[in-house]
Amino acid sequence: MITLSHYIVLGTILFCLSVAGVFINRKNVIVLLMAIELMLLAVNVNFVAFSRFLGDASGQVFVFFILTVAAAESAIGLAILTLLFRNRSTINVAEIDSMKG
Amino acid sequence: MTFQLLCFYAFAAVTTLAALGVITLRNSVHAVLCLVLTFFSTAAIWLLAEAEFLAVALVVVYVGAVMVLFLFVVMMLDIKQEPLREGFIRYLPVGIAVAAVMLAEMLALIGVRAMAQVPAPANPAGDSNIAWLGETLFTRFLLPFEIAALILTVGIIAAVALTLRRREGVRHQDPARQVAVDPRTRVRVVKMAAERGQEPAA
Repeated sequence: MITLSHYIVLGTILFCLSVAGVFINRKNVIVLLMAIELMLLAVNVNFVAFSRFLGDASGQVFVFFILTVAAAESAIGLAILTLLFRNRSTINVAEIDSMKG
Repeated sequence: MTFQLLCFYAFAAVTTLAALGVITLRNSVHAVLCLVLTFFSTAAIWLLAEAEFLAVALVVVYVGAVMVLFLFVVMMLDIKQEPLREGFIRYLPVGIAVAAVMLAEMLALIGVRAMAQVPAPANPAGDSNIAWLGETLFTRFLLPFEIAALILTVGIIAAVALTLRRREGVRHQDPARQVAVDPRTRVRVVKMAAERGQEPAA
């Protein structure tokens, strides 16, 4: 029998993997974007599991909204990425320092 | 151990390994394909959780549209991998340490043992997950639904506006000027006397 903790542990593992991905791929913007997608997926797993085990449809509706926002976010992120590559010919985060922040 | 639990462990293992591949693979195209595999096996896990609509939506919308967009961008950009990999070994211990500590803390925090005894209730959706979800979405969450549509529109416009560029030195048509053409400025009717042939010499 699959219990709630199975889903939660899976979501936690996915989230921690994506955090580790942000740390070890600090130079590559594409992998950073993919790590963000993984984080959102981990959160979605938790939402679906709680929705199922609490019997509340709100959780699944929220997953729906998260998918919407994540799609818009990745579209804009990739647009910025192509713009960056067109102007600077690199996607290395370390070289994108013209704002001197 | 039931068949469902066995399936869950199989899909969870595939999900975890594919997610590991996403963050460690050298080639970005392989990483995107691993992400696709992650989404697929997560969709299978959502099917096990009886969230059928979201599982199908994840495959159709996410794998079918967003991941293909990722693949297009990764393949279009001519990226040299080597400079992006430097520091990988240096940050690897830090990443592993942070992830391990976070995992331990989260698992301790949510109390996995205590929740393991919670029995799965009967599926509140009844027969149709879509009807259950749709009723909630179009009654309690109607305004957020409309706002989500607005966000998608903003996303489209922003993506187009960001990547649109006007190239210099390229001949292109201007439809507005083409439509606004007035025939009177183009054709001028001239009245003139008819030409006479040369009188033949007598």
